[in-house]
Amino acid sequence: MIIKDIVYKYGNKRENLIQILHEIQDADPQNYISKENLIRLSEIMNIPVSDITSTASFYTMFSFQPRGKYIIRVCGSPPCHIMGAETIFEVISKELKIAKGETTSDGLFTLEETSCLGVCAVAPAIMINDTVYGYLTVERVKEILAQIRKKEGK
Amino acid sequence: MGLKIKIDNIPLEVPEGTTILNAAKKAGIYIPTLCAMPELGFTPGSCRVCVVEVEGLTNLPASCVYPVRDGMVIHTNSQRVKEARRMVLELLLSNHPLDCMTCEKSGDCALENLAYELGVKESRFGRREKRLPLDESNPFIVRDLNKCVLCGRCVEICNEIQQTHAINTGYRSSKSKIIAGLDEGLKYSDCVFCGQCVAVCPVGALIDKAAQGKGRSWEFRKVHTICNYCGCGCGFDLNIKDKKVVKVTSNSESVVNGINLCVKGRFGNDYIHRDDRLTTPFIRKNGKLEPATWEEALQLISDKFKKIKEESGSDSLAVLSSAKCTNEENFLLMKFARAILGTNNVDHCARLCHSSTVAGLASAFGSGAMTNSIKEIANASVIYLTGSNTTENHPIIALEIKKAVTKNGAKLIVADPREIELAKYATVWLRQKPGTDVALFNGLMNVIINEGLEDKKFIQERTEDYEKMKKVVLKYTPEIAEKITGVPAEDIRKAARIYATAPCASIIYSMGITQHTTGTDNVLSTANLAMLTGNVGKESTGVNPLRGQSNVQGACDMGALPNVYSGYQAVTDSQVREKFSQAWNVELPDRIGLTVVEILNAAYEGKIRGIFVMAENPAMSDPDLNHAREALKKTEFLVVSDMFMTETGELADVILPGVSFAEKDGTITNTERRVQRIRKAIEPIGEAKPEWKIICALAQKMGYPMQYNSPAEIMEEIANLTPIYGGILYPRLEKEGLQWPCPNSNHPGTKYLHQEKFTRGKGKFFPVEFKEAAELPDQEYPFIFTTGRVLYHFHTGTVTRRSRGLCEIYPEALVEINPQDAEELNIQDGEVIEVSSRRGKIRAKTQITEKSGKGVIFMSFHFYEAAANLLTNAALDPVSKIPEYKVCAVKLQKIN
Repeated sequence: MIIKDIVYKYGNKRENLIQILHEIQDADPQNYISKENLIRLSEIMNIPVSDITSTASFYTMFSFQPRGKYIIRVCGSPPCHIMGAETIFEVISKELKIAKGETTSDGLFTLEETSCLGVCAVAPAIMINDTVYGYLTVERVKEILAQIRKKEGK
Repeated sequence: MGLKIKIDNIPLEVPEGTTILNAAKKAGIYIPTLCAMPELGFTPGSCRVCVVEVEGLTNLPASCVYPVRDGMVIHTNSQRVKEARRMVLELLLSNHPLDCMTCEKSGDCALENLAYELGVKESRFGRREKRLPLDESNPFIVRDLNKCVLCGRCVEICNEIQQTHAINTGYRSSKSKIIAGLDEGLKYSDCVFCGQCVAVCPVGALIDKAAQGKGRSWEFRKVHTICNYCGCGCGFDLNIKDKKVVKVTSNSESVVNGINLCVKGRFGNDYIHRDDRLTTPFIRKNGKLEPATWEEALQLISDKFKKIKEESGSDSLAVLSSAKCTNEENFLLMKFARAILGTNNVDHCARLCHSSTVAGLASAFGSGAMTNSIKEIANASVIYLTGSNTTENHPIIALEIKKAVTKNGAKLIVADPREIELAKYATVWLRQKPGTDVALFNGLMNVIINEGLEDKKFIQERTEDYEKMKKVVLKYTPEIAEKITGVPAEDIRKAARIYATAPCASIIYSMGITQHTTGTDNVLSTANLAMLTGNVGKESTGVNPLRGQSNVQGACDMGALPNVYSGYQAVTDSQVREKFSQAWNVELPDRIGLTVVEILNAAYEGKIRGIFVMAENPAMSDPDLNHAREALKKTEFLVVSDMFMTETGELADVILPGVSFAEKDGTITNTERRVQRIRKAIEPIGEAKPEWKIICALAQKMGYPMQYNSPAEIMEEIANLTPIYGGILYPRLEKEGLQWPCPNSNHPGTKYLHQEKFTRGKGKFFPVEFKEAAELPDQEYPFIFTTGRVLYHFHTGTVTRRSRGLCEIYPEALVEINPQDAEELNIQDGEVIEVSSRRGKIRAKTQITEKSGKGVIFMSFHFYEAAANLLTNAALDPVSKIPEYKVCAVKLQKIN
């Protein structure tokens, strides 16, 4: 979807900026908001680039760096921590050979940490794009990653 | 009813709405602040340094934003307050480098002062060094965000006053910092380098790059003077150390601009100390300019001028005065021409920019100057802006226009062939074809008359010849106007209704209106429109021509024109002539002299044999340069005074070294008729002399007793002989200056003109028919060529091209072309192309931009390598003799 259509969908109003930014990020195959897109958005919405950057940079959910197709967010809140989130994180990191904030060289995964996902009952939990996975074990995590790889043919 | 409060045991009564900070100020109590700028309406209450204790309140409120209540008891310096301030300070210091001993800001740093006041040496919170890289991406400002205290002042002034929106606060929490654009450095943002942020930064986070390492605040002597670039007349302080101008800083007492300045005013004065300044006179010997003594040079000029006068008569001599020199110098030079040379052949570059304003408004109103003041613009309810790219040419006036629109709810109508920056702020933007302004004005007035929106009472009581004008205007229906101008009829109707129904509407225009063969007609049309709706003679209304150079208004006022003495007193009026003749003790010529272009034409034909050019550069600024340069070459004896070697100087027989505005005393008159003092800050460089001394010395050499001890004495003579300057005397100019007319020494000056009646009695309507430009596009030359200035340069570039920063940021001439045209001609952005007209050709890089309309090419005239005036047409307006810089026909060719 091109930016003009996204702005049109929500309405060209300042109060819709965050929704618009989310959709621009989601629409990008690399899961980020590019500089070109920020400039284009600024022209369309008639909001200064510095102003949009100010708003967008406040929220950690927005990325200005290209990311993988699948964003893995490992919950780092106390319940998940107690239930072994650290191990989960390490396993993923080792499996994918990337550190926090990095993206795999094939552009498939980005590994991030997140605060509470709100599913403490199923801790430890992670979220991959919009899907939440709970009751995680080392095996289960490897299985999930393998499934995605298989689906993507990699 | 005031509120009674007690502040540090001082009883005080203040009006409702007063903040504690302002109440304390009134009581003479100092409260430290970091973020607040109450004078600019910025009181975010975020730094917490200004906290005070209020009896009965549990917390300590920020005084900058907390309003007083009746009966309030306030302690501004209690133990609790001091402890809180110390805590805030220590938190800030834990995050701030303690390198005060090498910091540029030391001595003038709010944080340093606060630490000193509270005796804080160390932070109990330890040190958390930020390690952000310096932003040195641009030539003007160094940003060291490690020193930033996030007060928000720079963001406020950039977004709310300057309205450039280059910077903002980015990220969050401990990662918060000020970002520029996409957070890639100022150079890559929308920054226009006005440096307002530098002026308000309380610490050393924003620093004037060129002044780094050249001294700190206590080492400078500050001299309050007036900027010598455009006609805004902004005040600032020259900072002097070791007899050199190191930098410019804002002075909040400046009446026109406050602390606001543009990039040229704040960062563009380094030319003063360039090593290619002329420091001795030069005389051409065997075809080469060679250094000479003042005595030799003045003797030669005296001999030559006398000889030419004897052989060919006074009118074979001419002088070109200067809109960059002071009133006193312009007065002396016109006196020199008339009393000593005996000719009225005196003119200056106002001929090339606003002579049609002087002619047109003098006919319609009786006075050819801005009717209202700059400060009034912000309170207009409608602004009709036409032929003025105000943001780039009069940056400080543009701030007032933006303020009117964004803060005071004014509607802006922009009528301009180019998509200028202010078009973003416009309710309606009328994009007329260059050279069709009369038709547009007539179309607007047609709507106003047909819809009964004219001010019948005003027309009846205060004007004449309405019916004559109406008859012509009725022919120009919006549809006919659309055909001529290309502006949709509906937009013309809309704009006409907005303008006509406004309580106070101000017309602001500049050279897009004046520089046409129909320049005077265009100006008369602005007057017609204003009178038709009764928008003259009130506050925040009127017809406001923006004058281009720092003292172009003054040079006109001083009679550096071929038909008038100072104060627009006609040389053809025998009583006036008698007055000047008696004062100067000589017979004076009664024949109106020649204008700039006519002088050069006469020189071309050999009729003018000697010309004295004071600080002007006709070999760059005149239209059809090949012809103008040929004329100057043919001039038997050409004398030029200037700071630098110019294109004109290269053709001279004698060159006299002049000085910059920092090296002399005097007055200049800005576009709103305000006479202000410029003050000598440094001694002249080398053997250079201020122009007023040069003229006096030359006059004496020629046997005329012209002697003054100071410019103040010259002003006394001006006041005596010039009714509109009658009360303008140096002791009265110390602070805010005075706006003419100011007929006597008790008169407070005049904020706006034509209040009760017009200067000429009744305002006069002129019927104006549309006439086409002198040269229109055709098969061979299919594009309209139009010229102007850019923000970063000034006029012929003599000084701005010697400013390092300005040259770095805008190094070369650009040909602005519409994307559609570029595509049709297969031209790439940045490609060097050839632009040619019937008179010449130049090569320059293209800039593909929507700013230019289809079929219209724009270029600035600052660059000698691609001098736009080689192309322009010297066709003249028949009344004012202004050349048509804004329209001629050109073709574009790819190279190879």
